[in-house]
Amino acid sequence: MITTSGMALVVFVFATILMLVQGLQQTLVQTGFEDNLIVIRRASGSEVQSGIDRYQASIIETDSAVASGSDGERFLAKEMVVLITLPKKGHAGSSNVTLRGVTKKSLELRPQVKLVKGRMPNAGSTEIITGQSLVRRFDGVNIGESIRFGKRDWTVVGAFDAGSTGFNSEIWGDSDQLMQAFRRPVYSSVLFRLRDHDDFDAVKVRLESDPRLTVDIKREARYYEEQSEVMAKFLRILGISITVIFSLGAIIGAMITMYTSVANRIGEIGTLQALGFQRTSILGAFLVEALLLGLAGGITGLVFASLMRFVKISTVNFQTFSELEFGFALSFEIVCMVLAFALIMGFAGGVLPAIRASRMNIVDALRES
Amino acid sequence: MERKNPIVQIKHVSKSYRRGSQIVPVLNDITVDINEGEFLALMGPSGSGKSTLLNLIAGIDRVDSGSILVDGVEITGLVETELANWRANHVGFVFQFYNLIPVLTAFENVELPLLLTRLTRKERKKHVEIALAAVNLSHRLAHYPAQLSGGEQQRVAIARAVVTDPTILVADEPTGDLDRKSAEEIMDLMDGLNRELGKTIIMVTHDPRAAQKAYVIRHLDKGVLNDVHHQNSV
Ligand SMILES: Nc1ncnc2c1ncn2[C@@H]1O[C@H](COP(=O)(O)OP(=O)(O)OP(=O)(O)O)[C@@H](O)[C@H]1O
Ligand SMILES: [Mg+2]
Repeated sequence: MITTSGMALVVFVFATILMLVQGLQQTLVQTGFEDNLIVIRRASGSEVQSGIDRYQASIIETDSAVASGSDGERFLAKEMVVLITLPKKGHAGSSNVTLRGVTKKSLELRPQVKLVKGRMPNAGSTEIITGQSLVRRFDGVNIGESIRFGKRDWTVVGAFDAGSTGFNSEIWGDSDQLMQAFRRPVYSSVLFRLRDHDDFDAVKVRLESDPRLTVDIKREARYYEEQSEVMAKFLRILGISITVIFSLGAIIGAMITMYTSVANRIGEIGTLQALGFQRTSILGAFLVEALLLGLAGGITGLVFASLMRFVKISTVNFQTFSELEFGFALSFEIVCMVLAFALIMGFAGGVLPAIRASRMNIVDALRES
Repeated sequence: MERKNPIVQIKHVSKSYRRGSQIVPVLNDITVDINEGEFLALMGPSGSGKSTLLNLIAGIDRVDSGSILVDGVEITGLVETELANWRANHVGFVFQFYNLIPVLTAFENVELPLLLTRLTRKERKKHVEIALAAVNLSHRLAHYPAQLSGGEQQRVAIARAVVTDPTILVADEPTGDLDRKSAEEIMDLMDGLNRELGKTIIMVTHDPRAAQKAYVIRHLDKGVLNDVHHQNSV
């Protein structure tokens, strides 16, 4: 019983870490839209560190690979991204929040983002809209409220829902207004829809080799995936270290249980051998028992881990330094990995006791009963 | 006394145990035949090597030298896995402390040795029922060992020992842990198995009353087998 709970605990830790990494990646990957391309300054890594001046932006804007929007205009948004700090709800501290200066096309470029309340900010106004996840976690960001940053007061006029994507933790306002307020002469990124999915390689070569531009161009999905890589790696390493330490404990626990089980049944083992059962059958029986022990722990751990799907975590993404909310995601691969891991633990704990059981001298074993 | 087939032939068997650096001789050049259908009681003081001899005959221990043939098979020449198969087919065990598997019912305990045979489930059921009926326990099929008295448990053990119709039945102090009445029941059962079914039985016992049921009594002392006392000749 104790062993099963010990194993269940390890499996729980292992599973939740995997689920966390999975959840993080899902969040960030879903943030990107496949046929959107994002242009940032070469080697800047992320929008926050990037800068693209108006002249460069106009070169990108006129490129033939840029699709036309529903209104016939270029399907493109020149955006600015800065980080601001906002006080968190409930507890004292404050946290970084991504503030995005958007244009008319920003919303349409991102089908996964929907305005659910209020309206878009008017151009030229100090109006903002806020992501739903942000509303849950910060004060003063509901419709009608206003917050102060960049030496101005900004009124919240709408709320958008961006599902489980990173945008859900952002504040959006008018690009030009925000650039003035933050005295930023340049955009952070240019986002545009590709006219033809297969144009990517061509436009990438064309823009990246244009002597007037010094930019990196990526598919938006890929860009957000990269934003999560360091964090995912960190979580994975942390998770695996914790799991290794815990699993050593669980394996020792399983071993003790199995040794006890062998010790308690020495007489039975001797009897079975006397009756003509082969040593290999006895080895097999004890291994099966150990595997079942592992499986029981695995299933228990998974059941508890799966409850974690209802928990959301918000943390700072080290790469963008902004607050990001994501959940635990369970996938078929994770279930398989976790169960395999539990079986391996059971096996590791059971193999030595099982060998001991099968090697026992019959006469000695019978004397024990 | 008519001459019968020797079913167990023990030839110049010696056995000693190692206790630390010391070598403890237990059996010293034992040669003896046990006839088919014989009911042999092995007696002798504690530590004289009765159990050791029985274990060698039953193929759960190894001789140091000499050979043992059972029904023509030289079991001292068999390797581990062959010996296990041989035991499954030819030896029925009755232990002092019954040695039933506590998590199995009486039925399942008796069925256990049949799992090593090719019998179908239905055939196994029939055999088990017959064996349990033979020990008057038809009404206890679904009971677990803990729910049975010592005498009943030993009767289950006897059913388990005979269910495969083995060549020899070995019993190490089968009444050693029982009260007098239960012991008598067990001895009557063994006697019946021997007389009615012709089973060859080799039994170690300290109990002279139990030994009386046997018709050959041999005394083992200091590793040497002494003269035969015939009794109850049929
Ligand atoms: N596995 C073993 N290791 C060491 N010594 C052993 C072992 N088995 C038996 N002996 C020794 O061999 C001798 C004979 O043992 P055995 O069990 O055959 O005696 P026994 O006649 O059955 O005695 P009892 O009537 O008390 O059961 C004893 O001195 C015993 O201590
Ligand atoms: Mg003994």
